Amino acid sequence: MIGKLDGKIPPGPLEQKWRNHKNNSRLVSPNNRRKFEIIVVGSGLAGGSAAATLGELGYRVKCFCYQDSPRRAHSVAAQGGINAAKNYQNDGDSVFRLFYDTIKGGDFRSREANVYRLAEVSNLIIDQCTEQGVPFAREYGGLLANRSFGGAQVSRTFYARGQTGQQLLLGAYQALCRQIALGTVKMFPQTEMLDLVLVDGHAKGIITRNLCTGEINAFAGDAVVLATGGYGNVFFLSTNARGCNVTATYRAYKRGALFGNPCFTQIHPTCIPVTGQHQSKLTLMSESLRNDGRVWVPKRAEDCSKPPNDIPDADRDYYLERKYPSFGNLAPRDIASRAAKEVCDEGRGVGPSGRGVYLDFADAISRLGEDTIRERYGNLFDIYQKISAEDAYKTPMRIYPAVHYTMGGLWVDYNLMSNIPGLHVIGEANFSDHGANRLGASALMQGLADGYFVLPYTLPNYLAGQIGKRPSTDHAEFKRVESEVRERVRKLLEVNGDRTLTLFHRELGLLLWDKCGMTRNAAGLREALGKIPELRDEFWKKVRVPGEGESYNQSLERAGRIADFLEFAELLCIDALERDESCGGHFREEHQTPDGEAQRDDENFAAVFAWEFQGNGKVERPKLHREPLHFEAVHLSQRSYK
Amino acid sequence: MNFKLKIWRQADPKSKGKFATYEARNISPDTSFLEMLDMVNDELTERGEAPIAFDSDCREGICGTCALTINGQAHGPKHPAAVCQLYMRSFDDGKTITVEPFRAKPFPLVRDLVIDRSALDRIVQAGGFIAARAGSAPEANSIPVPKHNADLAMEAAACIGCGACAAACPNASAMLFTAAKVSHLAFLPQGAPERTSRVTKMVRQMDAEGFGNCTNTYECEAVCPAEISASFIAKLNREYARAILQRSVGE
Repeated sequence: MIGKLDGKIPPGPLEQKWRNHKNNSRLVSPNNRRKFEIIVVGSGLAGGSAAATLGELGYRVKCFCYQDSPRRAHSVAAQGGINAAKNYQNDGDSVFRLFYDTIKGGDFRSREANVYRLAEVSNLIIDQCTEQGVPFAREYGGLLANRSFGGAQVSRTFYARGQTGQQLLLGAYQALCRQIALGTVKMFPQTEMLDLVLVDGHAKGIITRNLCTGEINAFAGDAVVLATGGYGNVFFLSTNARGCNVTATYRAYKRGALFGNPCFTQIHPTCIPVTGQHQSKLTLMSESLRNDGRVWVPKRAEDCSKPPNDIPDADRDYYLERKYPSFGNLAPRDIASRAAKEVCDEGRGVGPSGRGVYLDFADAISRLGEDTIRERYGNLFDIYQKISAEDAYKTPMRIYPAVHYTMGGLWVDYNLMSNIPGLHVIGEANFSDHGANRLGASALMQGLADGYFVLPYTLPNYLAGQIGKRPSTDHAEFKRVESEVRERVRKLLEVNGDRTLTLFHRELGLLLWDKCGMTRNAAGLREALGKIPELRDEFWKKVRVPGEGESYNQSLERAGRIADFLEFAELLCIDALERDESCGGHFREEHQTPDGEAQRDDENFAAVFAWEFQGNGKVERPKLHREPLHFEAVHLSQRSYK
Repeated sequence: MNFKLKIWRQADPKSKGKFATYEARNISPDTSFLEMLDMVNDELTERGEAPIAFDSDCREGICGTCALTINGQAHGPKHPAAVCQLYMRSFDDGKTITVEPFRAKPFPLVRDLVIDRSALDRIVQAGGFIAARAGSAPEANSIPVPKHNADLAMEAAACIGCGACAAACPNASAMLFTAAKVSHLAFLPQGAPERTSRVTKMVRQMDAEGFGNCTNTYECEAVCPAEISASFIAKLNREYARAILQRSVGE
C-alpha cells in the first residue's frame, strides 16, 4: 500500500533547503563505503557521472549499459550546450533566474525545491567538467564563452561546438574509465537490465541479459540506481538512438515504482522532416540554429511548391516573429513546435510531405558573412547536407518537430529515491526537474547534477541503515524474478508469427504521434486507449522473433523493448487523458486560451501525477497518486512569450 | 533503386564466415545505408531466414557504434561520414555492394558484421583521463586556456571512438585513436600533471592489445568520420619521446 506521497522536501527558505539538507543528511564512513555494492544501470551523463563519483568515494559499483561501450550512451548526441548560472557575461544572470526560467519553462509543473537545487549546482558542473578537460568554447582571452540558447534572455549556455553532449559524456566516461582501472567500478557493457528484484520491499538487485551470449544473470546490490534515459522511442520515430527504451523503468514500475507524469513528452521544433516509410529515426538540428535562423512558411498555400528563394519577403509569413514579437524565433520548444504544426495543418507546409517549415539563414549570412555562420553552425549544416543533400548556406533548411525528450519518468523524492526504498532514479529516467516542458541546455545540466553532485550526497540517507543487508542472489526472490525473465524471453521467441517487429513498432508510433503527440484531445486519447490493447494482443499472437535466446540476437533485444512500449503506451495515454488541462508540451485541444496557447488549470492540476501499477501481471488501469505542487517563491502566471 | 549485396555472414566467433548474396529492391535514394539493411532484415525475417547482425545506435554519426566496411572502405565511400550518415543516393543503381565488418586483430568478431572494440576502452582506461575528483575542481575561469589551444583540444576530442582508423590501417594501428586522446588532454593545462604517465601508459596498452604501428599511410585520416588529423599522430610521437626522455634522465 502506498500512502500519501512524500517528496521529502526539506524545510526552510528555498535558497537554504539544499545546504540544510546536506548538513542533515546521513554519512557513510570511508571504511564502510567499500562494504556497499551499488548497481548503476545506464552510463550516460547521469549514470556515467554517478558511477564514477560513487567509485571515487569508495563504494563498489557495478555499472551496466546496453551499448558496447559506456561512451556511446545517447547523451553523446546532445548538441547545443549546458546551462549554468555563472553570470560570466555580466548580463544579470543568477541562480534565482536560472531557477525561475526553468520552472516557468516547465509551465509550473515541477517542484520548486528540486529546480532550485539544480540551478544551484549548475555552476559546480562547469567547474568539474572544465577540470576534467572538457574543451568548452573559449574567447580569445582564454575565458569560457557563452551563448544564449532556447529563448533565454541571458547568455548562460556553455558549449563545445555542436558536440557538447559528446564532450561532457567523454568527460564522465573518462572519469568512469579511471575508476574501472582502479577497480572501484566494474563495467558490464552489452548487458541489458530486464527486471528489478525486490527483497522485503527494498530494491536489492537486477536481472540482466548479456546481449552477446544471451546469458541471463542476477546481480545483487545494496541499492539500485536507474539512469536509463527516456522513452521517446515509444513513438517509433524520434531523435533518440535506436536502442533507447523504457524497459528498465517500466519493469521497475511493474514491480511497484510509481511512474510520474508519463504524458509530458517534448516535441523538438527543429528536426529534419520525415522523408518516407523507410525512415528509422529523425535527426535533430540544434535549437541554437534559431539564434540566427528565421522560421517561415509561404503566406499562401499555392506558393508552397515554389523554390523558397523565389518567394519574395512580402509573401512569407515569419509566423514566430509575428505571433511572439518579443521572443520571435527563440520561442520555447513546445510553443515553436505547435506553431509549426498549425501552419502545416493550414496547408502551408513545405517540402515533399507538406510537413515542413523553412529555417532561413539568408539574413544572418548577409549580416554576419558566411564564414561566421560556418564557424557557429558548420557541423550542423554538414549534417543537414548529408541527410537532405541540400546546401543550407544557399537554400533554407526544412525542419519539422519530432519527439525528442521525455520529461516524465519514475517518481522520485528530493533524495532522488523512488517510492521503492533503495531504488534511485536519475537523469532523464526520473520525472523530477523539467515539469511539462524542458528548456534547451537543461538536460545535460540535470544529468550531471544528479550524478556528480546530488546522488552522492543523498544516497547515504538510504545506505546508512543498510549495512550488511545485501541479500545473496541465491535468495528465493532472485530465483523467482529470474525465472520470470526467462519465461518472457521464451514466450517472445515462441510466438513465431508472420509479422515483423518493425510493423508493430511503426503502427504503435503512428498511433501515438497522431493521438498523443503535439496536441491531444479526449476523443483521440480514448480511441488510442481502445487500439493499443488490440495491437498488443496481436503482437503476442503474430510477431516473429527469429533466432535463439542463448546467442547474439538483435531481434530479441528489440522484441522485448517493443513489448514494453506496447504496454507503456497505454499508461502514457491514460495520463494524458487524466490531465484535463494544457500545460507545456501537453496540449489538450479542449483547453486553450482565446489565442491558442496552453491553458493551465492550476486549481485542479498543479500536481504530479504518479501512477501505480495494478493487476497481477495483467495490464489494468493503474492507480493515480497525486503529489500537490506548492509554489512559494514563484507566482504562477500564464506563460507569455509574446 | 535496386542493389545486389554481398554481405559477410558468420554465426559466431568460432565458426567460419563467408559472403552471402542478397537483393535490396525498391530502395528510395533518401534511404540511409543502415535503413536499407533494416529493410533487407525485415524481408529475411519474413522469409524465415536469420537477419544480418550489424551494430548502430544514434544513427546520426556521433556515437561511433556503426562500423561497416563497404566496398573495401571503412564507413563507405562518402567522407567524412560514419556509415549511418551514408545515403543510398551515393551509389549507382543496380550496383553490387560488398559489406564486411571492421577487420583488425584486436577487434574480434561477435556475429556477422558486429565486432568487439573493448580494446579501445582499455586504452582509455590505461590513462586517457584527467584525475579530477568530483568536488575538488577550482573555479572554471581561474585557469584561462588560450583559444587556439582550446580549439586544438576540441579538434582532437571530436573522435567518436568507432575504430575505423585501425580497420583502415594496413598495420591495424590505433595510433590515430590514441593520438586524439593524448593530444586532447596534452593541449590543456588541466592535463599537464599526468601528461608524462598518460602517454606512456596508453601507448603501452595500445601495444598490448595487439594494434600495429604507424607507417604513415594516412588511411586512418582518410576514413575518419570525425576528421581527426593525422598530424595528431606526430603530436603523440612528440609526447611519447618527451615522456621517454624525461624518464631516461630521471625526472
